[in-house]
Amino acid sequence: MSDETKIDLELDLKGLLCPLPMVKVSQNIGKVEVGGVIRAIATDPGAMADIPAWAKSTGNEVLQAEKVGGEFVFLVKRVK
Amino acid sequence: MPEEEPRQKSLAMVVMSGDMDKLFGAFIIATGAAAMGMEVTMFFTFWGLRAIKKNVSTGKTLFGRMLGLMYGGDIMKANPSKFSFGGMGRWMFGKMMGNHNVSKLSELRDLAIDLGVNMYGCQMSMDVMEMPQESFIDGVKEPVGVGFFLLKAQDADIQLFI
Repeated sequence: MSDETKIDLELDLKGLLCPLPMVKVSQNIGKVEVGGVIRAIATDPGAMADIPAWAKSTGNEVLQAEKVGGEFVFLVKRVK
Repeated sequence: MPEEEPRQKSLAMVVMSGDMDKLFGAFIIATGAAAMGMEVTMFFTFWGLRAIKKNVSTGKTLFGRMLGLMYGGDIMKANPSKFSFGGMGRWMFGKMMGNHNVSKLSELRDLAIDLGVNMYGCQMSMDVMEMPQESFIDGVKEPVGVGFFLLKAQDADIQLFI
């Protein structure tokens, strides 16, 4: 999926701890158009629960939340 | 069928504690809630007032000035509720959190303001503790009373007391 999805913004969240991964995604989602996708890479395991929760609360969509080595890769689509 | 826009959820929080650990909890929840699109109200009272204070001396009367000396400084003076050891605990936790790359309390608070968190001092505590609005950081709204907080709390989806 990640190979074919067009990425509009890359977000480096490595080293950031709660609540910052979620906060950074929320601060940056407005930088892509509706329908646009952010790829965010975090190292905080808590982000695996938090970013999907953020998306549910704000009405956006997590296309992918995947552990790759020691990192967590998210594809977040702006829905509104 | 047109989709109805859901009502904005909200969080109302009393911050009575001035303890470092509890303030971390308060500001992490507040910033998280703001990021999740919630309207956030933080009502600072009693020991919590120092969390929104600048590093200035306060107090008019003898007791007020004593309090200003003994409970002076700003948010970075907050000691943990356990293992305080006369300031050693603050230093130790500061080191440990720094090693784990946790934000400083002041940074989290300033982030909360950037994210639009509404912060209010409790007028009555401000009077008692002799900490006027001028002693607070920019971004703190004009003081309010318990009635205002309760109105916010009535309408809120989450109410917290810290």
